[in-house]
Amino acid sequence: MSINTASVPLPGWIEVLVIPVLNVLMALFFAGLIMLAIGVDPIEALGLMIRGALGDDYSLGYTLYYTTNFIFTGLAVAVAFHASLFNIGGEGQAYIGGLGVAVVFLLLDRYLPAILLVPIGIAAAGLFGAAWAFIPAWLQAYRGSHIVITTIMFNFIAASLMVYLLVNVLIQPGQMSPESRQFDPSGWMPSMKMALAPFGIDLVNTPLNLSLVVALICCVLVWLYIWRTRWGYELRTAGFSEPAARYAGIRPRGVIISAMCLSGALAGFVAVNEIMGVHHRLLLNFPAGYGFTGIAVALMGRNHPVGIVMASLLFGVLYQGGAELAFEIPTITREMVVAIQGLIILFCGALALMLRPWVVRVYLVIRPVGSLEREAA
Amino acid sequence: MTEYALELRGITKRFGAVVANRDIDLAVRRGCIHGIVGENGAGKSTLMSILYGFYQADEGDIFIRGAPANIHGSQDAIAAGIGMVHQHFMLVDTFSVLENVVLGAETRRLLEPNTRNARAELARLAEEYGLAIDVDAITGQLPVGEQQRVEILKALYRHADILILDEPTGVLTPQEADQLFRVLRSLKERGVTVILITHKLREIIDVTDDVSVLRLGQMVAHRHTSETSMQELAELMVGRSLVETDYSRREALNADAPVAIDVHDLALQTASGAMRLDGVDLQVRRGEILGVAGVAGNGQSALLEVLSGMVAPTAGRFVINGREAKPDDMPDPSEMRALRINHVPEDRLKLGLIKAFTAAESSLLGYQRAEKFNWRGFLRLDVIKDLCESLMQGFDVRPVNPKLRSASFSGGNQQKLILARELDKEPDVLLVGQPTRGVDIGAIELIHERLVAMRDAGCAILLVSVELDEIMALADRIVVMYEGKIVGEVAKADADKATLGLMMANAHNIAQPVRS
Repeated sequence: MSINTASVPLPGWIEVLVIPVLNVLMALFFAGLIMLAIGVDPIEALGLMIRGALGDDYSLGYTLYYTTNFIFTGLAVAVAFHASLFNIGGEGQAYIGGLGVAVVFLLLDRYLPAILLVPIGIAAAGLFGAAWAFIPAWLQAYRGSHIVITTIMFNFIAASLMVYLLVNVLIQPGQMSPESRQFDPSGWMPSMKMALAPFGIDLVNTPLNLSLVVALICCVLVWLYIWRTRWGYELRTAGFSEPAARYAGIRPRGVIISAMCLSGALAGFVAVNEIMGVHHRLLLNFPAGYGFTGIAVALMGRNHPVGIVMASLLFGVLYQGGAELAFEIPTITREMVVAIQGLIILFCGALALMLRPWVVRVYLVIRPVGSLEREAA
Repeated sequence: MTEYALELRGITKRFGAVVANRDIDLAVRRGCIHGIVGENGAGKSTLMSILYGFYQADEGDIFIRGAPANIHGSQDAIAAGIGMVHQHFMLVDTFSVLENVVLGAETRRLLEPNTRNARAELARLAEEYGLAIDVDAITGQLPVGEQQRVEILKALYRHADILILDEPTGVLTPQEADQLFRVLRSLKERGVTVILITHKLREIIDVTDDVSVLRLGQMVAHRHTSETSMQELAELMVGRSLVETDYSRREALNADAPVAIDVHDLALQTASGAMRLDGVDLQVRRGEILGVAGVAGNGQSALLEVLSGMVAPTAGRFVINGREAKPDDMPDPSEMRALRINHVPEDRLKLGLIKAFTAAESSLLGYQRAEKFNWRGFLRLDVIKDLCESLMQGFDVRPVNPKLRSASFSGGNQQKLILARELDKEPDVLLVGQPTRGVDIGAIELIHERLVAMRDAGCAILLVSVELDEIMALADRIVVMYEGKIVGEVAKADADKATLGLMMANAHNIAQPVRS
């Protein structure tokens, strides 16, 4: 019997939980095959990876620090996606967000207290990221330039611009390496160790800082914005159908620009974690691919903040655990870890729906009697 | 040899737990025109898809010319002599007629021998069945009626002797439809069996020999057409008795009622230079329904888009409910709504609602900025849900479940939800496009009643429809559009199908030469 499985509705928990978990297992299975091929015991490797990512509060700190970046970039991709825009420029927007933090701090960090400086830094990261997204958005809205092409190009432009600025303008005088001077500690995002110390919780020092809290707040705000405000309603309407948006008196151009600016601001917040929280100075290439991985995170998280947090955690585990794995087992190189991440992206992103027809068939057999009629009615 | 060209016995088809066809028996006599009627969702399309091999039946058997047939794909169907003319043509617009006919039936690697043979074969078919056509014309440039002819030729070229037509007259003028029926009759005389799927009972009565009625996935009746009536068929389709409703007004139209829509010399030119609207003048008074008739694609959509503020005209002006609108000073759709001008769009799935939204969310479309739905930047979901529920109850939208996705409702229920949303605001001006397209008979009744009630309450209604019956039943005056122009206007009393049909083809002036 051939049935059109794509049209069979599945309960939410299968769509958002069972299928993604199956996808991850598929990816791990193929990763295991690769490991067998190079003579590594996959079970042992998996154990090492999980212990390396979650085993103690040192590794957990690193995992959550990576997670923070992925939440920001994942949300950025998701917001644009709800407006039917594919923002591939998270990388560049994060980079320019860092420029915003640096410009503000280099000018002000010696004059203002932390209570002002930290919010100003966050705002600067968001504003600069938004501004960098605004240009492709404007070009898409008013000139019809495809946002995928322009955002990719703006990643390159951002990279070149930052090299120029760091080598010629922002570099600390008398230094060889293209970095700005270190900011005054009043502009630093407090580390988790510092933040939790007053509560008697003693953590090992890791890059994990309060940006994680900012990221989680962003999740809530994005959820409220998209599903609980009229602007979010208009954004989703324009995303689903431009003619329907015009019918409803919504200006699709306005939606393109506001959605992309919001998206750019979220990507810019990567700089809050990286620059304000960890490096405390502007340096080259700090976005390190987080912007691109955000696409996979949003895909896997089905563009929903809860899904994005879970997907970010998974990628955090992969980053941190992968690094540990490469450290522990010499035959597993850094490139091998990237290949495993690639498999996860492949199965959870590009092939996300590959298993769905089989899941539907299983579901049709085991489903509670009468549930389909109820849904079809 | 049996007398049946096609027999179905006990065909059942399930999708998951939904039964689309249940235990269907059908016997189509050889060389007859057999009609299949039923409401939307009654299972007509599924049944035909089984015949054409898109789906396989879960149970039951198919016999073609008395022999059991296994149809696993369209190739099997073609080999068995079944041809299908789809509602939406499956033609490559940029190909010539000849190329379209040969497409998929090439027997050799090089195109040339194929086309040479096809040219000869098409000439023979044209002669035999009266299906003359310019085989070198570019398909996309042909009128719709001729494109349909290409589809029929495609089937005959593949030696089909059982021809299935799915809603063939939906896109045709009455004259084109008459031509089609002449072709079908001549096919029948030469022994071709024709299966005609339609919801237009008039056509069933006019052209078929036998008719079968589907309701809720089951065959409920088989009749010889000569022994039944439209009334009986309609009742069989709906499953209850119907009363013929007379929508004529109780009191005469007030000729002094204020003009609510006043359009002067309105034009809309596309970027490529085509005139979607060309010098349109019309007036609609309050308490009046103006019907806009015409074959689909002759400017009616553009008229609705401009009057509702979605698109700015390129020339001309109009006054709508007191607001003057010009190319450089156009109110947008939200301002129109604030002016109590509401719009029920033609294309409900593209414009009227968002399929992925819940019914409650769709019932907000266009009114998302209204004060009563907002509180400090947040949408008041409880208010929206309550409103949606009351809209659903008031318009008999089923199921009454605001949380269900809009796409899960049937076409009729989607349409009722949109109408409910717009009529609930008690507009002064209502722009309505195709209010009953793809809607069941039962729902049509309700929609017509509500529109007439709006009229009686003093609303000015501009009604665009390709269903002449609908326009003639509801409108006080009828204008006909052709290529962006208004080519004729008749009062309700003078309207008849023949006149309107000629106007729709812009042939009325030619038919009656102007005396010098």
